[in-house]
Amino acid sequence: MNSFKDIFETYNWDETKASIYAKTSDDVERALASEIRTLEDFKALVSPAAAPYLEQMAAISQQLTLKRFGKVIQMYIPLYLSNECKNICTYCGFSYDNKVKRKTLSPMEIMQEVSVIKNMGYDHVLLVTGEDNENVHVDYFKKVLDLLCPHFAHISMEVQPLDLEDYQQLTPYGLNTVLVYQETYHKEDYKKHHPKGKKTNFDYRLETPDRLGQAGIHKMGLGVLIGLEDWRTDCFFTALHLNYLEKKYWQSKYSLSFPRLRPFSGGLEPKVEMNNRELVQLICAYRIFNQEVELSISTRESPNFRNNIIKLGITNISAGSKTNPGGYAVERESLEQFEISDERSPEQIAQMIIEQGYEPVWKDWDNSLAQSIC
Amino acid sequence: MLTIADKTFKSRLFTGTGKFSSSILMEEALLASGSELVTVALKRVDMKNNDQDDLLMRLKYPHINLFPNTSGVRNAKEAVFAAQLARETLETNWIKLEIHPDPKYLMPDPIETLKATEELAKLGFIVLPYIHADPVLCKRLEDAGTSAVMPLGSPIGSNKGLKTIDFLEIIISQSNVPVIVDAGIGSPSDAAWAMEIGADAVLVNTAIAVSGNPVQMAKAFKMAVEAGRMAYEAKLALPATHAVASSPLTCFLDE
Repeated sequence: MNSFKDIFETYNWDETKASIYAKTSDDVERALASEIRTLEDFKALVSPAAAPYLEQMAAISQQLTLKRFGKVIQMYIPLYLSNECKNICTYCGFSYDNKVKRKTLSPMEIMQEVSVIKNMGYDHVLLVTGEDNENVHVDYFKKVLDLLCPHFAHISMEVQPLDLEDYQQLTPYGLNTVLVYQETYHKEDYKKHHPKGKKTNFDYRLETPDRLGQAGIHKMGLGVLIGLEDWRTDCFFTALHLNYLEKKYWQSKYSLSFPRLRPFSGGLEPKVEMNNRELVQLICAYRIFNQEVELSISTRESPNFRNNIIKLGITNISAGSKTNPGGYAVERESLEQFEISDERSPEQIAQMIIEQGYEPVWKDWDNSLAQSIC
Repeated sequence: MLTIADKTFKSRLFTGTGKFSSSILMEEALLASGSELVTVALKRVDMKNNDQDDLLMRLKYPHINLFPNTSGVRNAKEAVFAAQLARETLETNWIKLEIHPDPKYLMPDPIETLKATEELAKLGFIVLPYIHADPVLCKRLEDAGTSAVMPLGSPIGSNKGLKTIDFLEIIISQSNVPVIVDAGIGSPSDAAWAMEIGADAVLVNTAIAVSGNPVQMAKAFKMAVEAGRMAYEAKLALPATHAVASSPLTCFLDE
């Protein structure tokens, strides 16, 4: 199968990194002045040389986002279904070697959670699990989708990578979007961070978006976990991946996330710190490079940062999130995957968005349009 | 007056509901525009409780006709299903047929659009398809029973104006159904230009919603569309390329 792997393997991490750090202010100015930006332009925009141009980048990013998406921000919320996981990931609260109480929500428990989420006003939900193929598998997902489809206009999933046939089975049940983050495109470091479980297979994960494209998924989300490796290089590979996917699977939409490593009990300290200025640089660089991609910001970021970033390129935001299965109703005190930074309620976030001159949008899809079988 | 199928319109400015910073502002802008046909994305509407939908409540005026669109569908089959859903939910058989399987540039799929138009026309819908400025496709859509055609001026949301001007002129010159320039109109002068070349109407959304003052911009578009139409009806003087003081090529005839 031709996949992104073929392209990825023609790149060398160290050379790529060096080429980003070698970008000059001339390269940045050329990138800013162009109307259609290339991957080389993207390198310039994420390079240290672009730091003095941040205000200008923010202005361009804001304008491009307004033109494409208007003055609206899409609201979504994660629903953690399970923390059972057979992988060891050095940075994750649900890692197999962490001694936490494991839990997979039953249909009745899911509905208790759903009722809380629906009362908050949500119509777009993101289902999250760890990776335990014995307990949390395609049949479980089918049941969950069947259960949730009548209650939500838009359902996304952030679970273990699945086979093509699995995705083909799930899409008719109202699965619209799948998020699968590579964590890092640094193959050797990836191995260090994922020493055990199915997730050790770098290539299988790398080729997941190809399988999603073949399954005709409506939208897929990419990203890396910022803090594991040099973020500029990792985000360049994300952009490369996006560029490849857009050309090949032209009927799918794309979204990008940029989660920064957050503390959890007993967890890993980030190897590379990314400060707020750098995160703004990255968000603006993604937008200036790609005007159509959705950019999503989670409750990992602080209230002040989130208040100010929504005008600079963001299109989707979560609020009121719990990162533990049962966190909304069933078992509120169970251990979280990571600590959130912004604890404001969805209502407060919606109000903040309105105060910024934007409209919070709760519904922008309808399962019936894709003729789901539920 | 513009007539499309069973309806007549005083205003030749059609509008959309997306991208506004609030539904209140949307309502004010649409009222200022004088628009009588307002398109609504089905995917934005709460179809289960549509009597409580904030967007729809703000469009409840006797002069405003709802014009549901199928944005988000990827093929004819999904579009037909969406149109039926719209008819049931919003009680109108008017449908703005949008099939753009390419979510990046939102380019309309001519093949699926033609198929869906045929089918929907048979089912009694008033179909207004969003299409490329393709003169042959327009004729094929007429044969398929379309009630109007909606060719794009430039990529949707781009505000780039009438990049397809040469093709729009051909479409207008040979169309038997109203021609509505749908996408890419970025400024009132673009809208006036489209009307001057004989478009029956224009549809404007982004240029109003994302402007610094949507209410004022809506008024500006209203005036531009009226001015453009008036100019078209008054017949524009042809542009003169040079002075015609003497006739050096044919003066020998008078010798």
